[in-house]
Amino acid sequence: MALAQLKIDTTAARLADVDVPQGAASWGNAARADALARVRQMGLPTKRDEYWKYTDPASLTAADAPEAAVFKSDETPLFDAVDRVKIVFVDGVFDADASDDLQAEGLEIERLSDAMATDIHWAKDIYGVLEARGQKPVERPLATLNTALATDGVVIRVTGKAVKPVNFIYLHNDPSSDAILHNVVKVEAGAEMTLLETGPAAARFSKLLEVDVADGGKFNHVRAQGRDHERRAVTHCFARIGAESTFKSFTLTFNGVLTRNECVLEIVGDDAVAHVAGVCVGDGKDFHHDDTVFITHDALNGESRQVFKKVLRNGATGVFQGKILVKEGAQKTDGYQISQSLLLDDDSQFLAKPELEIYADDVACSHGSTSGAIDETALFYLRSRGVPHDEARNLLTLSFLAEALAEIEDEALADDLRDRLEGWLARHR
Amino acid sequence: MLEIKGLEVKLEEEDKQILKGVDLTIEPGTVHAIMGPNGSGKSTLSYVLSGKDGYEVTGGSATLDGEDLLDMDPEERAALGLFLAFQYPVEIPGVGNMTFLRTAVNAQRKARGEEELSAADFLKEVREKAKSLKIDAEMLKRPVNVGFSGGEKKRNEILQMAMLEPKMCILDETDSGLDVDAMKLVADGVNALRSEGRSFLVITHYQRLLDHIKPDIVHIMANGRIIKSGGPELALEVENNGYADILSEVA
Repeated sequence: MALAQLKIDTTAARLADVDVPQGAASWGNAARADALARVRQMGLPTKRDEYWKYTDPASLTAADAPEAAVFKSDETPLFDAVDRVKIVFVDGVFDADASDDLQAEGLEIERLSDAMATDIHWAKDIYGVLEARGQKPVERPLATLNTALATDGVVIRVTGKAVKPVNFIYLHNDPSSDAILHNVVKVEAGAEMTLLETGPAAARFSKLLEVDVADGGKFNHVRAQGRDHERRAVTHCFARIGAESTFKSFTLTFNGVLTRNECVLEIVGDDAVAHVAGVCVGDGKDFHHDDTVFITHDALNGESRQVFKKVLRNGATGVFQGKILVKEGAQKTDGYQISQSLLLDDDSQFLAKPELEIYADDVACSHGSTSGAIDETALFYLRSRGVPHDEARNLLTLSFLAEALAEIEDEALADDLRDRLEGWLARHR
Repeated sequence: MLEIKGLEVKLEEEDKQILKGVDLTIEPGTVHAIMGPNGSGKSTLSYVLSGKDGYEVTGGSATLDGEDLLDMDPEERAALGLFLAFQYPVEIPGVGNMTFLRTAVNAQRKARGEEELSAADFLKEVREKAKSLKIDAEMLKRPVNVGFSGGEKKRNEILQMAMLEPKMCILDETDSGLDVDAMKLVADGVNALRSEGRSFLVITHYQRLLDHIKPDIVHIMANGRIIKSGGPELALEVENNGYADILSEVA
């Protein structure tokens, strides 16, 4: 089918001046060339695409990134107290001096450029491969563009139980930075790791994470997107989840003029668990946050959970598009999906598209979506006990978020994020 | 302590007068009971005194220790020493009972310019008071009132009262939904809190709660007014003869 003129123009404008990174071994060059060809064939998204009905991708596909003021915070950086391997990127460029040594027991860590320059490398079977698998049944051309153009990133092979988490720290210093990062994680059979991601990264940030979890592996992911009000981000996570393995991902988003987080999970082995959860808090008409999730069950006895909660005020917009696809034969699947928004005023809006598509006859799947205001009865109850109005409202807001926060396994990480949320709520009265 | 004069209240949303001139004076250290048929305005009185939205005061006044209650936010009334034990305690998923209690205690102390209770002192106090109400550690950890039985919810109200140490306690049909044992436990909790400086207003349909929480004065409320006041024997009269006699007597 011929592409619409707008799509052709958008794609041509974006690709007119791009430099495809060089210096890779043949497999790396091939992966990039293939991705570029796929982008040209698909065309970049426009607001006329069904999948972008609620979120206008124009500023994400524009040739130049719109500027974003750098946000200075006097808060202690997130997870400061956690013993971790810090890997720092400044405006999308790896900063060796600010980073720890790329090593820890149970982990093999390399810069993406080093991995791609190696003739025979395990990353070859994942880089751009999981992304390409995730293009069906819905095309995700911005992910493919990332595969073609990513300039930096890290690849991690998890060989055992990692002794400490890895923290990608994305700093934003340049108001006009346009960063494209691509990270790859391979969790070997029975191995375990926790990946932390923090920070805004750039004025415009395209980030892709591919995760391959082998049988019995465990991948734990906790991320907090930075507080810069004008930043834009489109992120993708593609995961292939093997038998008896666990994948858990949680994202906290503060502020940002535009955020689109896509998560594409494929359960390919029996008895696997996949959870993806998120909390976003937004204030003002310039806040637009979109969670787009697609979970495919293609094995027996799989369990998946999607838990997304949004707090929106002063005209903020939240979007949720979530799908559970249960393929034929994926019996005993247990799928759960909930997306809820707390609208703190009449101007804010929540747009939700929950979907189930089931081709197996012995499954338990449920989905629900709600928008609501603060419960006045509970508010009065708290106030009648002496809790001031704003404090009571914040307590109820945190209670609204509790189900999503409970998806974070590690108490210390959850507590840190909860503290940040309390701080945000206290600042936004 | 509590002084209500000619209080008139209507619903905000519809033009319906609920209280039509309530007069009530409660002295320190006394226990007053209000009885009355359904729809007489008993619960409305408790909500208006504690500051719930949805009511419009069209006349009269209500003061606690001389301070105008009706002008204050609910949290200010609480800090001043007013406490309402709810007929239907509210479930708050996601907020731990302990967190809730501590937030409330410290918010009130802060509002009164007192120092906040340390975590250790708070814990010690809450454990002691919970024990006498047969509230176990598990119940303290659970989200506020979520999954609590009717009796547990009411005991939890009394625990809040014990922790907040108000001077004016209003109990709105605290006996509803309780079996005899549960009611006795709740009444014991209330009786333990009786003191010279603390007054109670017990709202109930039935005499049986008043067997356990013995009132000094009993009021009968009907059609938005207190129509008769007397000693504890008035409650017995209601128990034996219903409200009909009193209503016709006054009419």
